[in-house]
Amino acid sequence: MTPRRRRMTLVALIVLGVGAATAFALTAFQDNLLYFYSPSDVSAGKAPADRVFRVGGMVPEGTFKREPGSLEAHFVLTDYAHNVKVSYTGVLPDLFREGQGVIARGRMGADGVFIAEEVLAKHDENYMPPEVADSLKKQHQKPPADGPLPTT
Amino acid sequence: MAAELGHFALILAFCLALPQAFFGLMGAHWRRPHWIALANRAVAGQWVFTLFSFACLSYVFYQNDFSVLYVAQNSNSELPTFYRFAAVWGAHEGSLLLWLLVQATWALGVAAFSGNMPQQMTSRVLGVLGLISAGFALFILMTSNPFLRLWPAAPDGRDLNPLLQDPALAIHPPMLYIGYVGFSVPFAFAVAAMLEGKLDSLWARWVRPWATVAWMFLTCGIALGSWWAYYELGWGGWWFWDPVENASFMPWLIGTALIHSLAVTEKRGLFKSWTLLLSITAFSLSLLGTFLVRSGVIESVHAFASDPGRGLFILSFLGVCVGGALGLYAWRAPLFRSNAGFAPVSRESFLLFNNMLLVGATVVILLGTTYPMFMDAFGLDKVSVGPPYFEAMFLVPMLPMVFLLAPGMHAAWKKASFESTKKILGVLLGVAVVLALAVSAGVYGWNSVMTIVGLTAAFWVAGAALVDPISRWRNGHSLPASIVGMSVAHFGLALFIIGATTVESYKEETDLSLKPGQTTEHAGFQFTMTKLEDVAGPNYQAVQSEVVITRDGEQVAVVHPQKRVYRVQKNAMTEAGIDAHWNRDLFVAMGEPLGEDAWSLRLQYKPMVRFIWLGAAVMALGGLIAICDRRYRKRVTVDEGAAAAAGAKTA
Repeated sequence: MTPRRRRMTLVALIVLGVGAATAFALTAFQDNLLYFYSPSDVSAGKAPADRVFRVGGMVPEGTFKREPGSLEAHFVLTDYAHNVKVSYTGVLPDLFREGQGVIARGRMGADGVFIAEEVLAKHDENYMPPEVADSLKKQHQKPPADGPLPTT
Repeated sequence: MAAELGHFALILAFCLALPQAFFGLMGAHWRRPHWIALANRAVAGQWVFTLFSFACLSYVFYQNDFSVLYVAQNSNSELPTFYRFAAVWGAHEGSLLLWLLVQATWALGVAAFSGNMPQQMTSRVLGVLGLISAGFALFILMTSNPFLRLWPAAPDGRDLNPLLQDPALAIHPPMLYIGYVGFSVPFAFAVAAMLEGKLDSLWARWVRPWATVAWMFLTCGIALGSWWAYYELGWGGWWFWDPVENASFMPWLIGTALIHSLAVTEKRGLFKSWTLLLSITAFSLSLLGTFLVRSGVIESVHAFASDPGRGLFILSFLGVCVGGALGLYAWRAPLFRSNAGFAPVSRESFLLFNNMLLVGATVVILLGTTYPMFMDAFGLDKVSVGPPYFEAMFLVPMLPMVFLLAPGMHAAWKKASFESTKKILGVLLGVAVVLALAVSAGVYGWNSVMTIVGLTAAFWVAGAALVDPISRWRNGHSLPASIVGMSVAHFGLALFIIGATTVESYKEETDLSLKPGQTTEHAGFQFTMTKLEDVAGPNYQAVQSEVVITRDGEQVAVVHPQKRVYRVQKNAMTEAGIDAHWNRDLFVAMGEPLGEDAWSLRLQYKPMVRFIWLGAAVMALGGLIAICDRRYRKRVTVDEGAAAAAGAKTA
């Protein structure tokens, strides 16, 4: 091989490698994009049935239930327009409590209950996940005045 | 009074940063020795006033002066003294003051250890550092003044975020900042070289120790953060691909590429403009990291303090720094063409691949971290990119890089033949495969091909890193500190890969419910909850359980996980009980009360997890050894310098 051909081969190989890596990256990227839906979106049937997604909202007072001694928890997420029932088995984050904004990642169950694989609550009592704040704003509906909404 | 003095000192520091920039840059440009001397004085003055300002803030924290807003927000009369000092950088305003202090200290270091550099070069570097300092001081004074008074004074403070009340996290931000800010020095050197229009092997020799020290501190900072997240967040993970973690990891990857590229520039006078570009990128990514963390554009557990005005300032500052540097690069880079060539198989090629792959990994992370921001900014879908993307994609460039490392370390400059090292590398690879198979099949049980691949890579790198200095020594070659440092750092990388591969392949995790007196079996150990009691700390109440861990009837450990509630912020905090052993951790964290004395517990078995942080520490140690190399301290006379430069050109 002449030096020129050798260089061309090297360039071709690099282009191929980079191309393959990019294709792989984009596929991995598409597969791992998590979309966020509000409880209203979920009620309107906008959320996918066969894919993992995230849903966020407030946990209203008095909706958290758990059998004594069991790890299975049930609660409701709301954007004050619509509700989504959520079930989760496992240890909940430290800041999970009623009146707090949380985000759950999981998929829709056949019975219309969202089965969460992970529940996120933020480590700041004044914090509300931005997605939750946005989707609450979209509802044009103020939460009750005595509500536990954060100030920010 | 102390607050006002601190504020005043900060203004003076800003006022001194401006002449540092002006006299540094213009003094070098117009060749006026008096101006250059003036810039040096300004550096010292700026450092003194920044230190004084920082001391004032520490003092008001020590005094718990709740008439200072920042103190009232981040301290409390019950906060232990040690954490009152850590609280100085516990939130946005103080951490920026720390940034400025670190920045001033780096500049002072450059001024002090630049005896072997031409005055003009030093002066330009200090000038650029002065510009950066001025930008940050202005940022603090305009948007984030930690000395603002609160009137009337608060009766008590809102306390330091309980997550931050931890020794590792107390020193994590300073380490990280020393690293972040440290990359401003190679950045300044790059800008200075472009202004001067000259870049030779000597330049690379001046920059190398600075880049290595910055990289070293960043390594320690990231490792500390990971360690902290592991035991303090209560999830037992060591890396979450959280945007803020990514923000610190991207400059690290580019910094790693930079110290390798600098090696080529010093030894062979090649990759010059590439080295410049990496110097600019490393610091730009540090600034981008600050923007991501401080503006609140990304939702993240770390984004405590968010404010759009601040974000805008940092973004503009980033634009000025990066835009200016890249503009200069576009204009000047054609000056730095190198004429020397190298064969396709040579150390240069291996380092080129190393750089390409590290940059590739950075692009992967940058895409995953910023894509949700862009989608959000353009009002499109709200999305987030999950850890599986990062986990899969990060390995694509990193696996080939690790496998190229072993032959790369043994490749000669210019043209490598591998005649002499082929045999030993082959033997090492064989041993690595056998060891990997033995560990995965024999010790832990068959898992997956990726486990074998990861362990093989780690053992091969470890072997190659050990053999290289030994064979040099046996052949009677000299063994400079930089070679030893390189081997140690690569050995550290191998330790890290062993830890990461093993823990990700063989960890066992479960969540379950347990009452006092009950026993459960997990990963071959028996966990018995023996006690559940209330305990009180200086500023928190806690429920503490005692869990006795036994194996085959013999007691292995007793751990005391806690669930704390801090009195002021009312936040619940998980304090995991960890039994640490060199080859495994047993991790017990309390979840929540499930009623009838039962608690949800998270039990984890983490084999080799300590190797992750040990590996990082050994990498940093390698950096430390490398900068002790004699040639960095040697004064280079003009003749020698010219000879070295000529040598690089003809080689």
